[in-house]
Amino acid sequence: MKLLNLIKTYRYFLLIILFDVVIAFFHPGTGYTIFKYTAGNFAEMLSILPPIFLLLGLLDVWVPRETIIRYLGEGSGLKGIVLSIILGAAAAGPLYGAFPVAAVMAKKGTKYSNIIIFLCSWSTLKIPMFLFEMSALGIKFALTRWLVNIPGILAIAYIIDRLIGAENKAEFYRRQMANP
Amino acid sequence: MFTLLLYLLALGGLLISFWKDRHKTRLALMKGWKAFTNILPDFAVVLALIGIMLTYLSPHTIAALVGKNSGFPGMLASSIVGSVTLIPGFVAFPLAKSLLDRGAGIMQMAVFVSTLMMVGVVTAPLESRYFGKKETILRNSLSYVFSFIVAIIIGMVVGA
Repeated sequence: MKLLNLIKTYRYFLLIILFDVVIAFFHPGTGYTIFKYTAGNFAEMLSILPPIFLLLGLLDVWVPRETIIRYLGEGSGLKGIVLSIILGAAAAGPLYGAFPVAAVMAKKGTKYSNIIIFLCSWSTLKIPMFLFEMSALGIKFALTRWLVNIPGILAIAYIIDRLIGAENKAEFYRRQMANP
Repeated sequence: MFTLLLYLLALGGLLISFWKDRHKTRLALMKGWKAFTNILPDFAVVLALIGIMLTYLSPHTIAALVGKNSGFPGMLASSIVGSVTLIPGFVAFPLAKSLLDRGAGIMQMAVFVSTLMMVGVVTAPLESRYFGKKETILRNSLSYVFSFIVAIIIGMVVGA
C-alpha cells in the first residue's frame, strides 16, 4: 500500500525514467549520457537544497511574521524593494532554489511584487555569477547587463503584480499559508 | 565556495537554535524536511527532464545552433536555445566567450546569456507548482521579451 502510494507520487518521474531506459536499450551511448546527466543533476540538487531547506525551517520557526512584514510586506516601500533585490542577488545556486525560499517569504507576509523582484534578482543578478561572467565576457558586458536588469526587474515585477489578478494572488498566499 | 558558505550558515544556525530551544529546533527540522519531501516529486521530474535536455542539447550542439546565424534570426535562435536549456553559468559563460572569439555576434550572445538565466522552460512545471500557471507564463514571457532589450543595449554599449 505504501509502495503503491510512492509509485503514484512519483509516477511522472518514473515515466521519464522508463523512457530513458527505452532509449538506453536502443542507443546505449545516448542512454548512458542521459543517466549520467540525470545523476549529476540530482547530485547538484542534493548538495544545494539541504542547507536551503534547513535555513527555511529555522527562519519559519524563529523569525516572527511581524518582522518580515515590516521589512518586506505591504508598506515596506523602497526599503522592501532594495532588500528583495539584495536577498536575490546574494543567492547562490540555480533558480529552482529560489522557489521554496519565496514560498516561505510569502507565508511570512512578504508583498507580492517583492517576491517577484526577489525571484527575478535570483535568476539574473546573482553576485557569484556576476563575478564569473565578468571574468569570461568582460566587465563592460557583465556590468551593462547587471545595471540594465535592475529597472527591467522592477518593470517585470510591476507588470506581473498588476496583471496577475487579485484572485490568483489570494490563491497563491492561501496555498503558502496552508503549508505547515 | 558559496555552497560551503551556505552550509556553514545553516549548520551555525542549527547549533545556535539547538542551544537556545531544543523543541523549536526539532520543529524547524520537521518543517524543512516536510517542505522538501512535498516538492521532491516535482523536482525529480524536472531534474530527469534536464538530464534528457542536456544530452540532446550538449554544449557542442548549442554552439552550432547559436553560433552559425547572425542578425535577428541569430538572436531568435539563441534566445530559443537559451530559454530551453538549463546549463550552469560556469559552462555557459566560457561557451559564450569561445563563440564570441569564433565570430558570433555580441547581441546574439547577450540574448543567449540573458534568456539562459531568466527564462526556464524546463523548470516551468516546478515554478507553476509554487506560483501558479499565470505567474509562470507572465514571468517567463516578460523575461523573454526583456532579454532582447538587454541584448540591444549591450550591443550598443559593448559593440561600440
